[in-house]
Amino acid sequence: MGTYSRRDFIKLIGAAGATSAVGWPLIAQAKRGHVVIIGGGFGGASCAKYLRKLDPGIKVTLVEREKEFVTCPFSNAVLGGLYDMGFITHSYDALRQRWDIKIVHDTAVAIDAAARKVKLAGGKTLKYDRLVVSPGIDIRWNALKGYDEAASELAPHAWQAGPQTVLLRKQLEAMKDGGVVVITSPANPYRCPPGPYERACMIAHYLKQKKPRSKVIILDAKDGFAKQGLFIDGWKQLYPGMIEWVKGTDGGMIDRVDAKTKTVYPTFGDPVKADVLNVVPPQSAGAIALKAGLANKDGWCPIDQKTFESTLHKDIYVLGDAAIAGKMPKSGYAASSQAKVCAAAIITSLRGANMPDPSYVNTCYSLVGPDYAISVAAVYRLQEGQISGVKGAGGVSPKDADPAFRRKEASYAVGWYKSISADIWG
Amino acid sequence: MQQRFTYLTVTLAGLAGWLTLAPVAPADEITRGEMLSVSCAGCHGTDGKSPGSIPSIAGKSADTIETALKEFRSGQRESTVMGRHAKGYTDEEIKLIAAYFGSVK
Repeated sequence: MGTYSRRDFIKLIGAAGATSAVGWPLIAQAKRGHVVIIGGGFGGASCAKYLRKLDPGIKVTLVEREKEFVTCPFSNAVLGGLYDMGFITHSYDALRQRWDIKIVHDTAVAIDAAARKVKLAGGKTLKYDRLVVSPGIDIRWNALKGYDEAASELAPHAWQAGPQTVLLRKQLEAMKDGGVVVITSPANPYRCPPGPYERACMIAHYLKQKKPRSKVIILDAKDGFAKQGLFIDGWKQLYPGMIEWVKGTDGGMIDRVDAKTKTVYPTFGDPVKADVLNVVPPQSAGAIALKAGLANKDGWCPIDQKTFESTLHKDIYVLGDAAIAGKMPKSGYAASSQAKVCAAAIITSLRGANMPDPSYVNTCYSLVGPDYAISVAAVYRLQEGQISGVKGAGGVSPKDADPAFRRKEASYAVGWYKSISADIWG
Repeated sequence: MQQRFTYLTVTLAGLAGWLTLAPVAPADEITRGEMLSVSCAGCHGTDGKSPGSIPSIAGKSADTIETALKEFRSGQRESTVMGRHAKGYTDEEIKLIAAYFGSVK
């Protein structure tokens, strides 16, 4: 299913002729080629839609394990009680119906790059002309001592949204007033650099209303983090005394965790006991990228940063968190922007045409409180083979902005979410 | 011979149907304007049609968009984030983006 051999194609031309105009799109599709996409998140779903939008003659099959996609963006707001899970859950109906993308709910288990085939767990094989691999991240179980899959049921990571988000929210709801929430934040690179600090804000927002004697401690492997000055100002203003950040060299770097007792053991200093323990663990590109030999020894995928084609396997493109994309952060927004560039690269490669100069953007909002948000923006170009920020552009929200400015950005944060999710799954 | 004739006829009928029903075939190249502009859609919505609090670009004239982007860039027009974005584009790129959104339906 999903693919046509040359012989089938000849048969289809006959069938198309015999069944009038209805058959024609099939011919155009076969002529333009078949693109298979693994992963229906920010990168994969964007790529699917924009391939079809930029060239309706391309046939696209999207392989995604889940029937609905739950986004990491705004999952912190769910933890904070601002939204429910429904707000961050998206169906594939529009991609299927409006954009005529074939959605296959299955898991890719193997890629045969030479034969250009993807094998699915359900037993099917998909043949492609171009393959896009956008699997996001997977957790490197046991890379942090004591943190395996079983531990994540006791001390959730909630770094892949869905049941983990619900579990962490339930633990916060069940915690007593005066409890301690510990968030551990990993070394770079990892998905969503400002994520752990926005999470601290959203958890503090919930605690401030319901359990005001509680605390949030962030144990950080790093000595600095994204939007740091803005976050720390926000913590002082909205959650005075509630959020404590411990940098790596001050004892934030951790050696191991014990999920059963919810205890974190730093590399030096006393163990820290939590009532709710949220471990943001070390990560790698999604499993299929590793299995298919698309990743380097660090677990991330090297690509041609103009086209996103893997430097290790021809005709396979890697997008989003899994890819090494120059100066772009591992964010959903970045993945979606990359997907549009990649779509253009694939279309022009199938046509034998020239690809326009790529242009990439990132815009990320972090909610400090319901009416207080901060943002980071960047415009990128390809410079000497590397995706690099345009000098003089981008940057973070101004430090000395008034409450009206922060409120406006909080409103835009919600608008941002509605726009990008509609741009991807709508 | 009879069979071949029939085949040709129905194929031609199919072609005629395609000519009237199928969407306009895309131009052979993806333009630079298109490449620049699709990156705006993440915040402003597909084709510049925003479903939320971020202003839509769709429906605005190329002149209006060009002026707005240049004023965001210079700081003459106040913004939260657009000034930071607009600084990433040259005059020529702003013209291409404005022309693209000025023409989308």
